[in-house]
Amino acid sequence: MNKTVNQKAWFFVIPVFVLVAFNAIIPLMTVVNYAFQETFGNNQFMWEGTRWFKQILISERFHAALGRQVLFTLIILAIQIPLGIFIALNMPKEGLGVPICLVLMSMPLLIPWNVVGAMWNIFALPDIGFLGHSLNALGFDYNFTQQSGDAWFTTILMDVWHWTSLVVLLSYAGLRSIQPAYYQAAEIDGATRWAVFRHIELPKMKKVLTIAILLRFMDSFMIYTEPFVLTGGGPGNATAFLSIDLVKMALGQFDLGPAAAMSLIYFFIVLTVCWVFYNLMMRNESNS
Amino acid sequence: MSKITLKDLSHSYLQFPTKNEDWAIKNVNIDWHDGGAYALLGPSGCGKTTLLNIISGLINPTKGQILFDNENITQKNPVERNIAQIFQFPVIYDTMTVFDNLAFPLRNRKIPEEEIENKVKEISNMLELTPTLYNRASGLTADGKQKISLGRGLARSDVNVIMFDEPLTVIDPHLKWVLRSKLKELHQKIKRTMIYVTHDQTEALTFADQVVVMHEGQIVQTGTPVELFEKPKHTFVGHFIGSPGMNILPCKIDNGLIFINSTNIEISNSKLNNTSYSKVELGIRPEFISFDKKGLPVKVTNVSHTGKNNIIETESDGGKIKLITKASVKIPEGSAFLNFKKDRTYVYKDDWIVE
Repeated sequence: MNKTVNQKAWFFVIPVFVLVAFNAIIPLMTVVNYAFQETFGNNQFMWEGTRWFKQILISERFHAALGRQVLFTLIILAIQIPLGIFIALNMPKEGLGVPICLVLMSMPLLIPWNVVGAMWNIFALPDIGFLGHSLNALGFDYNFTQQSGDAWFTTILMDVWHWTSLVVLLSYAGLRSIQPAYYQAAEIDGATRWAVFRHIELPKMKKVLTIAILLRFMDSFMIYTEPFVLTGGGPGNATAFLSIDLVKMALGQFDLGPAAAMSLIYFFIVLTVCWVFYNLMMRNESNS
Repeated sequence: MSKITLKDLSHSYLQFPTKNEDWAIKNVNIDWHDGGAYALLGPSGCGKTTLLNIISGLINPTKGQILFDNENITQKNPVERNIAQIFQFPVIYDTMTVFDNLAFPLRNRKIPEEEIENKVKEISNMLELTPTLYNRASGLTADGKQKISLGRGLARSDVNVIMFDEPLTVIDPHLKWVLRSKLKELHQKIKRTMIYVTHDQTEALTFADQVVVMHEGQIVQTGTPVELFEKPKHTFVGHFIGSPGMNILPCKIDNGLIFINSTNIEISNSKLNNTSYSKVELGIRPEFISFDKKGLPVKVTNVSHTGKNNIIETESDGGKIKLITKASVKIPEGSAFLNFKKDRTYVYKDDWIVE
């Protein structure tokens, strides 16, 4: 069959193009503009080439922030993915428990991010917060505004509280789609609980888990609001993750050139990891 | 490797069954003899799968007992019962190779790896899975996958019974036939008790020595395919088996004689001294009716030619009657008389045969 060539169809694409231009391309190009030039305001720019990029890439401050970011993301993935699967496996499969659990699980996901930060800030205050006060009463020397270990502990706990539900809901959906015959066959084959998990549940959850990991990676790697409200990046720079450090540089110090370069590097890292991850996922898919 | 007895077995999926309809299985008593090839035949929703799952131990029955060689195993789990079950849809372990899939039930039972190797090779040869033995199981076609399910059931040589729950549903028609003969062949080779659940009478009649017909949670008849055909014990068996099914006609009994309207029908089987039946019907298969000069007056309404035979629909005062005649027999036009073969005509009281 021959398709008629009709270039008029491009007209249909124009509205989308304009929309995308205004909300993505133009802002991004502004950042690119700053990343290669120096400005003193008044719309005066001087060409700097790759100077800002070189500066960022060798700066210890950037290395430290990136290190903190990677560590944070790895820790929350290592906690949230297994914990989410574990909770999903133990959720009721029928009866009144199902809607109750689902609603309870969805609650943290419905709370705005700055509210989560504020909530946990008050909750963890060492003098009046329930968590902070209780820990101190139990004999722990806990103060997240002063001690970096405590700040990390609180930030991670907050993120686990906020986002584990997402992994739970995705895993639960994956588990529910498994036909009862699989469990029956495994029972007859004499499979242990572990073997059922390893050979039936985990393979059937693979797709949703990949999505869960991808989403949790992206969100946690770009986390800003919650630690900003909770710790403000402190104490010192202890919890200054990439985004917090970036805002400090751009709006605190007004180093627009280096900040723009850092934004692009940051953006590039997220994009690359997601791309690699997505391709690995798709390759596994076509192998099986 | 043992006789399986179901004793006074009833099951309801409800916690507090009250009505008769609440029961999925109603007071089933049956013996499955060691080494038999059985088919459990019945329409969808008659309780076949429930009965199978009760035997395998996936469901605990509400009432009654299951005995393996007279030993009560009602409370035992599927592993302790040592049975194999193959499901309607292929169940395979996606991440494993075909070999590992077949070895899985053996490995779970801690059988030495050498023995497993031999057994798996034997099974894969039997099912023609050898060329793909080391491939990932998830890449196979539906019938390949179902063969793996079958193979896992056959891998253990000491199982008490192998049960098939409509195993050929997802298989292409031409492969269905191949796999079915394979199963029959396997039964002859390994002589293990097999129970084959199906709603397809051809499948049941070709596979089994003994066919168990279920209807609304009850076993209505157990017998060889010939017995089910020639002497249905229940009207359901009469019209479920055979194509077209048995003619069931309302009739009256007067002084031990049977009448359809005012025509006396002679039969040689029933002793009919009691006339106070609430619902009496006469059953006759289309194969045992012929045209005659006298008998039940009918009008011929429709004729379908099936090649060797003709299926003729007629209308009597007592209702529609179908008969099958050889293509060579001349079909009368309009009015005709039907003759029922005496020893193949039965009387049913409340759907059960009167003997």
